[in-house]
Amino acid sequence: MADEVILLDFWASMFGIRVRIALAEKGIKYEYKEQDLFNKSPLLLQMNPVHKKIPVLIHNGKSVCESSIIVQYIDEVWKDKAPLLPYDPYQRAQARFWADFIDKKMYDTSRKTWATKGEEQEAAKKEFIEVLKTLGGELGDKPFFGGDNFGYVDLCLIPYYCWFYSYETFGKFSVEAECPKFIAWVTRCLQRETVAKALPDEKKVFEFVSVLREKIRVE
Amino acid sequence: MAEEVKLYGTWSSPFSRRIELALKLKGVPFEYIEEDLSNKSPELLKYNPVHKKIPVLVHNSKPIAESQVILEYIDEIWNNNPILPQDPYQRAMARFWGKFIDEKALATRMKANFAEGKERELVTEEFFQQMKFLENELNGKDFFGGETIGFVDIVAIVVAIWFPLTQEVLGVETFTEEKFPVLFKWIRKITEIDVVNECRPPREKHLAYVKARIEGLKSASK
Repeated sequence: MADEVILLDFWASMFGIRVRIALAEKGIKYEYKEQDLFNKSPLLLQMNPVHKKIPVLIHNGKSVCESSIIVQYIDEVWKDKAPLLPYDPYQRAQARFWADFIDKKMYDTSRKTWATKGEEQEAAKKEFIEVLKTLGGELGDKPFFGGDNFGYVDLCLIPYYCWFYSYETFGKFSVEAECPKFIAWVTRCLQRETVAKALPDEKKVFEFVSVLREKIRVE
Repeated sequence: MAEEVKLYGTWSSPFSRRIELALKLKGVPFEYIEEDLSNKSPELLKYNPVHKKIPVLVHNSKPIAESQVILEYIDEIWNNNPILPQDPYQRAMARFWGKFIDEKALATRMKANFAEGKERELVTEEFFQQMKFLENELNGKDFFGGETIGFVDIVAIVVAIWFPLTQEVLGVETFTEEKFPVLFKWIRKITEIDVVNECRPPREKHLAYVKARIEGLKSASK
């Protein structure tokens, strides 16, 4: 029986990109359905009634929500290829810890680098760099967070990279200047075809963020 | 090799207590270290340098932080009395509701407790919607885990014990049996379980603690 896999997503979402990378790593065929977040579809509302958010994976009619949960689900169902989480339980716990850290710290802080101004923006920039430095500390001299191989933590973090140009432009700072090792890790990740193909063009993201900024001002 | 299991926690924290419960459910002997959060021990800071929070589980000198990460780790190391289901879809559902409780329900509850006027109305309505979603998950089962308690039940003990207690202190009635009959039936069932009661804060001490904290928060916000 063929698997039916559908992904409800939004092209610029760093959370959606995680799932696209995971599906690509596992070689899973799926139907991508772009969602209009300003006019949510009945399908999205039906498949994620609790949060009404993307990404949503629909596997043989059953929906899985929350990007980190979807990625773990994909890893467990399609377990015979390209393992994303480590095999060892302690390493797995560390991977989950860092994915949780990324979820708790990256989104709100990074958003403030373009969605705020003045003192609030300055504070957000500082905090954002601190978050990247903490992550850099965890990466250490390893090629990837997963060690020798690209894995769960790398996958959870790399999608933010296509938004960096927007953060840096609106926030007036340079990640490479502050955290060069971080950019070295980014370069390694982008060498993977699955990652390079999943990340949208940063200039397109910038145009989108520019529109969002206008929308916020209007409100 | 003898297992060395240590838990750094605090007696009043639902996050800490859920780890005690998981360890007790699996019959894992452990050393408990009570932390004074106003004076964190060097060990806690060493074992959780990123967040500096409890609970932290230290297994054979290796630390694990974040309560839901710890729960999954415990379930993987000690496979008796499983907490998470085997089926990947059921596991995803359990993780979803665990995340929902800790990231949504708790935050909304806090806001509802301290908001005033129109904001209070809106947040209370949001809280109501969230509890309804959670209640619907029970769907005729005794527990979220089915016939026995599982991951979601363990995480949701904060709803079973901490929510009613805070409500009692505040003298409000937003979370009632009338509004949530199925959820309250679950609360009764889960609080009848011996090991759950072994791992809950002693009631009078807990009441006094929550009272003091709420007074403290109220005067700080004035």
